[in-house]
Amino acid sequence: MASRLVTFGNDLYTGARSIDFVGRRKIWYSIAAVMVVLSILIPVIKGGFNFSIEFRGGSQFQISDVSNTDTTKAQAAVTSVVPNAVSHVSVVGDNAVRVQTDQLSEAQTREVSDALAKAYGVNGSEVSATFIGPSWGADVTQQSIQGLVVFLLLAFIAMALYFRTWKMSAAAIVSLFHDLIITAGVYALVGFEVSPATMIGFLTILGYSLYDTVVVFDKIRENTKEEMELTRRTFAESVNLAVNQTLVRSINTAVVAVLPVASILFIGAYALGAATLRDISLALLIGIIVGTYSTIFLAAPMYSQFREKEPAIRKHDQKVLSIRPKAAAKTPADAVAAGAE
Amino acid sequence: MAKSTPVKKAWRSLTWLGVLVVVLLGTLTAGVLFSNATWLPKLALDLEGGTQIILAPQVENGQSVQQEQLDQAVSIIRQRIDASGVSEAQISTEGSRNIVVSLPGKPDQATLDRVKSSARLDFRPVLIAGGPTNQVVGADGKATPAPSPAPGLQSTPSTKPTNGSDLAWVTPELQAQFDAYDCKANAKKTSSSAPTDKPLITCDDKNTVKYLLGPVEVKGQDIKDASAGLVQSSQGVTTGQWAVNIVFNDAGTKAFSDVTTRLVGLQNAQNQFAIVLDGKVISAPTTQAAITDGKPQITGNFTETTSKALADQLKFGALPFSFKVQSQDTISATLGTSQLLAGLIAGVIGLILVGIYTFFQYRLLGFVTIFSLVVAGVLTWLTISLLSWHYDYRLSLAGVAGLIVAIGFTADSFIVYFERIRDELRDGRGLESAVEAGWGRARRTIYASKATNLLAAIVLYVLAAANVRGFAFTLGLTTIIDVIVVLLFTHPTLQLLARTRFFSSGHPLSGLDPQALGAVYRGAAQFRAPTAAVKAGTAARSGKEAARRQTIAERKASELAGASTSSSSSDRSTEGKDS
Repeated sequence: MASRLVTFGNDLYTGARSIDFVGRRKIWYSIAAVMVVLSILIPVIKGGFNFSIEFRGGSQFQISDVSNTDTTKAQAAVTSVVPNAVSHVSVVGDNAVRVQTDQLSEAQTREVSDALAKAYGVNGSEVSATFIGPSWGADVTQQSIQGLVVFLLLAFIAMALYFRTWKMSAAAIVSLFHDLIITAGVYALVGFEVSPATMIGFLTILGYSLYDTVVVFDKIRENTKEEMELTRRTFAESVNLAVNQTLVRSINTAVVAVLPVASILFIGAYALGAATLRDISLALLIGIIVGTYSTIFLAAPMYSQFREKEPAIRKHDQKVLSIRPKAAAKTPADAVAAGAE
Repeated sequence: MAKSTPVKKAWRSLTWLGVLVVVLLGTLTAGVLFSNATWLPKLALDLEGGTQIILAPQVENGQSVQQEQLDQAVSIIRQRIDASGVSEAQISTEGSRNIVVSLPGKPDQATLDRVKSSARLDFRPVLIAGGPTNQVVGADGKATPAPSPAPGLQSTPSTKPTNGSDLAWVTPELQAQFDAYDCKANAKKTSSSAPTDKPLITCDDKNTVKYLLGPVEVKGQDIKDASAGLVQSSQGVTTGQWAVNIVFNDAGTKAFSDVTTRLVGLQNAQNQFAIVLDGKVISAPTTQAAITDGKPQITGNFTETTSKALADQLKFGALPFSFKVQSQDTISATLGTSQLLAGLIAGVIGLILVGIYTFFQYRLLGFVTIFSLVVAGVLTWLTISLLSWHYDYRLSLAGVAGLIVAIGFTADSFIVYFERIRDELRDGRGLESAVEAGWGRARRTIYASKATNLLAAIVLYVLAAANVRGFAFTLGLTTIIDVIVVLLFTHPTLQLLARTRFFSSGHPLSGLDPQALGAVYRGAAQFRAPTAAVKAGTAARSGKEAARRQTIAERKASELAGASTSSSSSDRSTEGKDS
């Protein structure tokens, strides 16, 4: 297994084997476009996201004078009435249990009250029901979005300064939005709750996506700088070679990042039943996979396309292409290497 | 034999790392032994539980509470709790009247007071303004702390003050208290319960000026509206300067008119009108004219943001009601230890999988990754424990998830580095020089990408609310630790390993076997036609870079022909071996 990936890495490095990420960009763009459109349509069709109690507020029950404060009883009571409800149960003081659920209808509220009273063996009058407002108010969300916008602007400027071209920043930010939209789409599709934990998962994706792009772009910067002084490869080809050369790193990093997250998602959430962990690890899992994918299939081809039309690069490309047939005539094998198959 | 510089450098780096770990561990141990630090970081509300406080608004004579007012109150309380440095608090409304505040752990009295105190906004005239410290320049020209006020000083004005600006308010006792007042020492006190008809000693909210203020002259609830806007000249042209516009109700207009008419004729400091929110001066504008229409405008060094912030504080700080604590209970964790345990078990299993994968990918080099992760883990644990001791940092479930994701970020630094070394080996370098050259290239990439993460962490930390701040903190922290580990552990370790026979001879299990990496084959073109031949042909034709690589590769090939086991021996012989 390892040696095969190493050999694969060798071939990718020399260009003996090459996957045409840049040249076939129309295919990748189409896939991305379809995915993005789907990701926007799915929430619309499904009627929006499943926001958690922290965003929407919900119903709260307080059971007083309880002798046994076992929280699992409350969870069972709530799901017996509303099967899909996510409830937060906590013990208040010594003898009271607090249950917070999504917003319930009046009939449901009454049923849940009865079920809770029965479960804890108390009088119906010991269960109080009320509405609670969102604890993750609009102001928290707004602040986070403000922070996000400022970050994107600063990241754009910082990358433009580091790479000496704003086109890399543009390609990176576009692929970042692609990642966020698709992750949001998958959330709507699966119907998992959007909780504060999810939002933090989203912010992590943002960091990861940009991070991954910077790593690959740095190799592109290195390669294109060297190649522009030579006449071996066109600009698009040297971008493509850089992506291929970092492909093994992309795969290894993605696997290493995904393994712990996936183990939380499957072992932690399904086997051990931790809902919050499930929410956040799903966001991360999708984000890491999509983030790695989009750097290779979207950000790099887009960057190449942005730059190919520049006069200096066009001149260089023409020179490379004009030399190529002559060289090919001399040594037929050259064409194989140059024409990145 | 004298050690060559890379070896010396490597040992120096490892020594620094050791010193760092010992210092952190020593500080934490001292904290546990002699103070109230704990070995493990404190947990947040969702994992540990905490205290739940239900606040009921106190409304005068049967007024109803509007939902909007309640939301404003939630927002103000959140700002206050954020400002006090407590992370991971939860604030929500309950029913149509109450506010529920849940704080992690057992909050101290100061934090509880901060939550309970009403959002009160008042206008007071300034009597004296001074520097933020209690330093007094004595006759000898040296600054010394002013002594605590001696008991028995005169505490009642000798003549009855005629108005709020009358310096007769400043009794000798008050003057002594003012001199001894230190802004920093009193930074966490809020004194919104200060009597409205007495002078008040306080500071501005940035602790840069301390004030002795007269009694309250205009109440905040008389503010009808406050907004930020650009200053318009009399011709209706904007001057580009930001200002805060206030509109008073009738009572406020009358009171404000009286005070400004008096203040405008006074000397500096006394002509300032302080705006006091929860006992802190948020602004102390100088009166430039008597304002009789109840529509004052505050100008100064405002930006759009700061003027907006002040306008919001004026508008929202002026809530008409204060809160009474209805109940205060301890509350259990909503997620509980079972969830934390589930997360930790899953994380450990994930780490084992990472270990297996890296071993397959990088063979024994994979152990460098695992050890580096362990070092990073130890540093993270130490810093988080120290932070939770000193700054009340609390780990929430989201924070735990952030740490687990950090495994990926951290491991990536090593992967980038290893792959660059392999690239250099493929180009035909010897292992030692491949490690140095690979490091040179990888370092740039690592710095650039980590800088992106750090930027995200800093921006989110500065701009986002407390719950997100905890996450941003974890992200920033792990990024810095990651760079430290690569610099002080991974790279030095590789520098040293590159000198061992096992790695430099390219043992198949080392993960850096030049043969497996295709380095030698490529040089010896005849082994792998046509692709290898192509490479050779291309390289020979093109620029100097490729030419250089080719010569080394060719040399390698001939070496291989001579002695296949010690293919890079000639490379190393001049540098000397680490013994």
